[in-house]
Amino acid sequence: MSKPLKQIHLAAHFPGVNNTTVWSDPKAGSHIEFSSFVHFARTAERAKFDFLFLAEGLRLREQGGRIYDLDVVGRPDTFTVLAALAAVTKHLGLTGTINSTFNEPYEVARQFASLDHLSGGRSAWNVVTSWDAFTGENFRRGGFLPQDERYSRAKEFLATANELFDSWHGDEIVADQAAGVFLRDAKAGSFVHTGQHFDIHGQFNVPRSPQGRPVIFQAGDSEEGREFAASDADAIFSRYATLKEGRAFYTDVKNRLAKYGRRHDQLLILPAATFVLADTDAEAEELAKEVRRQQVSGATAIKHLEFVWNRDLSSYDPEGPLPGVDPDVSGDHISKGRAQVRMYRDPLATAREWRELAAANNWSIRDLVINTGNRQNFVGSPATVARTINDYVQADASDGFILVPHITPSGLDVFADKVVPLLQEQGVFRTEYEGSTLRHHLGLAHPDEASNERVAS
Amino acid sequence: MSATPASLLHLAVALDGTGWHPASWREQAARPRDLFTAGYWADLVAEAERGLLDFVTLEDGLVLQSSHYSEPDGRTDQVRGRLDAVLIASRIAPLTRHIGLVPTVIATHTEPFHISKAIATLDYVSTGRAGLRVQISPRPHEAAHFGRRTFPPLSLEGIQSPAGQELLTDRFDEAADYVEVVRRLWDSWEDDAEIRDVATGRFIDRDKLHYIDFEGSHFSVKGPSITPRPPQGQPLVTVLAHQTIPYQLVARQADVGYVTPRDAGQARAIVAEIRAEQEAAGRAGELVHVFGDLVVFLDDDQAAAEDRRARLDALAGEPYTSDAGIFAGTPAQLADLLQELVEEGLSGFRLRPAVAGHDLPAITRGLVPELQRRGAFRTAYEADTLRGLLGLARPVNRYATA
Repeated sequence: MSKPLKQIHLAAHFPGVNNTTVWSDPKAGSHIEFSSFVHFARTAERAKFDFLFLAEGLRLREQGGRIYDLDVVGRPDTFTVLAALAAVTKHLGLTGTINSTFNEPYEVARQFASLDHLSGGRSAWNVVTSWDAFTGENFRRGGFLPQDERYSRAKEFLATANELFDSWHGDEIVADQAAGVFLRDAKAGSFVHTGQHFDIHGQFNVPRSPQGRPVIFQAGDSEEGREFAASDADAIFSRYATLKEGRAFYTDVKNRLAKYGRRHDQLLILPAATFVLADTDAEAEELAKEVRRQQVSGATAIKHLEFVWNRDLSSYDPEGPLPGVDPDVSGDHISKGRAQVRMYRDPLATAREWRELAAANNWSIRDLVINTGNRQNFVGSPATVARTINDYVQADASDGFILVPHITPSGLDVFADKVVPLLQEQGVFRTEYEGSTLRHHLGLAHPDEASNERVAS
Repeated sequence: MSATPASLLHLAVALDGTGWHPASWREQAARPRDLFTAGYWADLVAEAERGLLDFVTLEDGLVLQSSHYSEPDGRTDQVRGRLDAVLIASRIAPLTRHIGLVPTVIATHTEPFHISKAIATLDYVSTGRAGLRVQISPRPHEAAHFGRRTFPPLSLEGIQSPAGQELLTDRFDEAADYVEVVRRLWDSWEDDAEIRDVATGRFIDRDKLHYIDFEGSHFSVKGPSITPRPPQGQPLVTVLAHQTIPYQLVARQADVGYVTPRDAGQARAIVAEIRAEQEAAGRAGELVHVFGDLVVFLDDDQAAAEDRRARLDALAGEPYTSDAGIFAGTPAQLADLLQELVEEGLSGFRLRPAVAGHDLPAITRGLVPELQRRGAFRTAYEADTLRGLLGLARPVNRYATA
């Protein structure tokens, strides 16, 4: 007997502040007006998506000592815009990326518990860490955190927040008007946390929210990040959206669950993925090429080459050959506030490889950047894309995808209209929401039930 | 700049739980079980908007409510627990069209960078109706929730001692820095910074983004904000003030100060003090509203209002006292009082409903029509933004060069 079909989970990532987002297209709308967020969220909800996802950046990026001006710049406050979106949607989950370095557990726990109440149980928290002094310049604490402590702070931050969420059990509010008893327990919300990073005590002032705790996402890819996800997260926002890499990552992370007493279905793997759709596969391939050229202007190509070369390349012609000069590996990095540059661990080797690639294919700088960056995950007709997504999920390359459209706010519309009905026809995606909370959409137990299970197992 | 006709006064309502009387939750009209739902707050704000009020404020705090100023009281017979006020305001914004939304933020423990973008975002989601009320907290048990510093025990009476005043000065100095940072960040993008110049590939003109480079004794903030300048340019900044130290904050940094005079003479003296501080701060030419705060029990006849107050006091087990004046009477009597205080220089009022479910509708359906009959309150919303409703121009950006 073949195993039953997995149900696919789908989410919508509001287009971000990198060159995946094509702002130069005539169809591109505002990235900051609330109407864009409303359009995007309602499209996701119309398509019965699990949730909407917002990324984070707490300082505007710089390159060569100046604010980076080639991509979309500017975004709203995550909690505030998610609370407003709760007013214009009924079922859609609301996932916010919130940093554990430039916040305090009491405040963040309060904000997520409040968002969970105000959305009727639809909040989720993508816990990210950071340590850079560059971003720290915007905050009271500054860039105080040694790099190797970021996960220990993140783990303790989340553990502390969980203690706060759990400090109310859900039965404390009696509100018996006749008897004059509002609270059953004067000690409701009591907490004491003493640890390496946080030493706090008192009474949490937000009662237990519908989901108990927000759904927890983790996004880091390091060994520590994977362990953190296996021990503490409900879902992973990963970057492995290909079949081969996806399966390897999926297997690796799911195999880590057992040692924490957790089952495979208690951690969802949801890679970020882009898509380009057209009526036929051939048309979609053509369109995808056009989108890549929109994403990488000549100016963008030079700036991306600078990520590796770590020197000012503004005198180079983007339509010309790669620089003969080698990357500068001596000092401070030319690009600030961009995690991506850490991927180039050996710039000299990358430069060598890219020169060989460019020579072999007769590529200009711009051709090279177009061809080495911005992988487009799903390109094809609606039927092709629906089939591919389903194949990947059934093959355990993921449990679904967090889709990143390249046009704000209408880029999701075509996926909602053309691909989702095909997935529904195949019986692998919901046709109606079956519950009201994000935990329900994701098939995750309420934390009270989950902890009972863990104790029992 | 559309100055408000002198005869018109402004009205705001301060929302806090089921109302300001600690026994308010036990009234028929209260909905204590709904306090932690969006629907509860949506209904209250819709009622306030029906009454054409300028704005609502939302109380907040980072500790459980307490009948003691600076420590928990362990009581179970009053409302305890609350949701984040900025998020309540944002949740309500898309459901309303005209009314201003002014949540409380605690300057002592939060990050000015986060709050600046949060209120800017509230301004975006409300299309120009956001403000904040900045509050300090010298409470030791509130500081213990953050674990970054400790404050000595402090009673309400102790605030008047030299040590108490020094503590208060330090907290208000920090709050002044906080507001300065929040305001600079709102201006850190010029209005036309987003250019989308396809020819050069530039999304923004980075010469129109500005570092704020704030350095103070409590924090330093580099900027610019990650959020573009909000629709109002500068959302409303408001402060509740009971004495000289916070009056200075009102005069230097605020658009609206809430004050608590007990009679016309006190109102006159407070307004004079704030105007003098305003002049000293170089803001003499700027419109700064001084609103009177009043707790209200409103009924169709005075005896009913007084009976209700007595009944609530009996339920609470003690007479209700407040930092603000307490009014119990009819809409006509309240209108008389408000108009008398306007003569002393107050330009509006922030009314604190004793019972939200009773006294808010009494304000919107009793007081407002009474004031309208007297030609003292608007009969329709006349502006699209909160600043507009208050006769405040959209400010020029401090960083813009012509």
